[in-house]
Amino acid sequence: MLDKFYDVIVVGAGPSGTTAARFAAEQGVSVIVLEKDRDVGYPVRCGEAVSKEGIEPFIQPDPKWIASTINSFILISPDETEVKINFNRTGYILERRIFDYELGKLAAKAGAQIITKAYVYDLLKEDGKITGVKVEHNGEQKEIRGKIIIGADGVESRIGRFAGIKTHVKISDMECCVQFTVSSISVNPNACYFYFGTEYSPGGYLWIFPKGSDSANIGLGIGGDKAKHRSPISYINHFLDKKYPQVPKLTMISGGVPCSFTLEEIVKDNVMLVGDAARQVNPLSGGGITSGMIGGSIAGEIAGKAIKQNNFKLLQQYPEIWHQRVGKRHEIYYKIKNAIYNFSDKTLNSIAHSAIKIPEDERTLLSIFKIALYDKPSLIFDFAKIFFY
Amino acid sequence: MLLIEIKPDKCDFCGVCVGVCPEDAIELKEASISIIEKRCTNCAKCVWCCPIEVLVFRKDKIQQLKAKSN
Repeated sequence: MLDKFYDVIVVGAGPSGTTAARFAAEQGVSVIVLEKDRDVGYPVRCGEAVSKEGIEPFIQPDPKWIASTINSFILISPDETEVKINFNRTGYILERRIFDYELGKLAAKAGAQIITKAYVYDLLKEDGKITGVKVEHNGEQKEIRGKIIIGADGVESRIGRFAGIKTHVKISDMECCVQFTVSSISVNPNACYFYFGTEYSPGGYLWIFPKGSDSANIGLGIGGDKAKHRSPISYINHFLDKKYPQVPKLTMISGGVPCSFTLEEIVKDNVMLVGDAARQVNPLSGGGITSGMIGGSIAGEIAGKAIKQNNFKLLQQYPEIWHQRVGKRHEIYYKIKNAIYNFSDKTLNSIAHSAIKIPEDERTLLSIFKIALYDKPSLIFDFAKIFFY
Repeated sequence: MLLIEIKPDKCDFCGVCVGVCPEDAIELKEASISIIEKRCTNCAKCVWCCPIEVLVFRKDKIQQLKAKSN
């Protein structure tokens, strides 16, 4: 059933992996995606929020994978002051399970092969060169040879390690997350709620993202240095007991989001890393779908071209293009994250109190950020860089 | 001696522990997880970061170790 050779082997069938596969296959080379789980897109380890403009370059919005459309954010400070901000763009809460399937189908349409229950346990090395992967598929160990290996294997990022790249995440940069999808709760179906402060989510935030009018993802992420003292599951149980006791829980999921900046090495020899595996997550929001698809598209296209032209030096263009398009911005977001997530409850409250004095139609994330600058003036330098480079 | 213990029935197989392990000492498949004892240094980063308390640091085993060496 499996061929023994493909030009490009992609490990992992999340959005970054299937996007990389699609862009490589569009260059006319042979591509296989190996997914360790039995399903593409499941289990869903994600809050599922994206911006419309972020995903549109990759897939046409389709109601079948849009659970909710978002037009406002509600930021809630430790003393429960609610600051509503109208989002001047459109956001979506996805049905990732369907969304990921559709991305998989787009890759397949471009010519990529996809196999699930295929666990890559090592790289194949011959004469000192990486020549493929060792995979366990349906209980059998096999070897698949390939010219380029793309590691899209998520937070674990073991493909990078097998290739000799240091991929492990500093614990303070690992947002340790747990999420329940709950039913029978009443939330604004067009607003995303964010709780900040030490009671529910020290070094991170707690989110409520609506899925339709009576269901929502309620989750939180806290830095590993904070999780060390008290676990995320304990924080979220505390929140649910207090705010939504007895709420029916349809799903519980745990996960980790690497909120650092991009790995120093995202290419080594003929191995490329994309998405969470390359630490291409927006470190401020923890969102990784859009940036992962950007990383995947760049890497996939370059891989395809390198094979067609038989010029593997092309792979070295990937980090450069990635940093120009997204990576540099993430470095600044990282600094801002470290400042904001270390604000005291008192500071967060005082920012919220000032923010609600701004008329709602003039209230933006930018105007609130300006208030935050009073408490942490050095942020202005980082912030200025986002807009002026 | 391994001081980290996994409660496999509790595990959600999310991979946070693998992501923070400096030694690549955790093997995670779709629905199985194990620690590679010869690589593990008992640094406990996996224990600290597990969102749902699947990994446990067995302090009591340190006592056992000491008792043995005495």
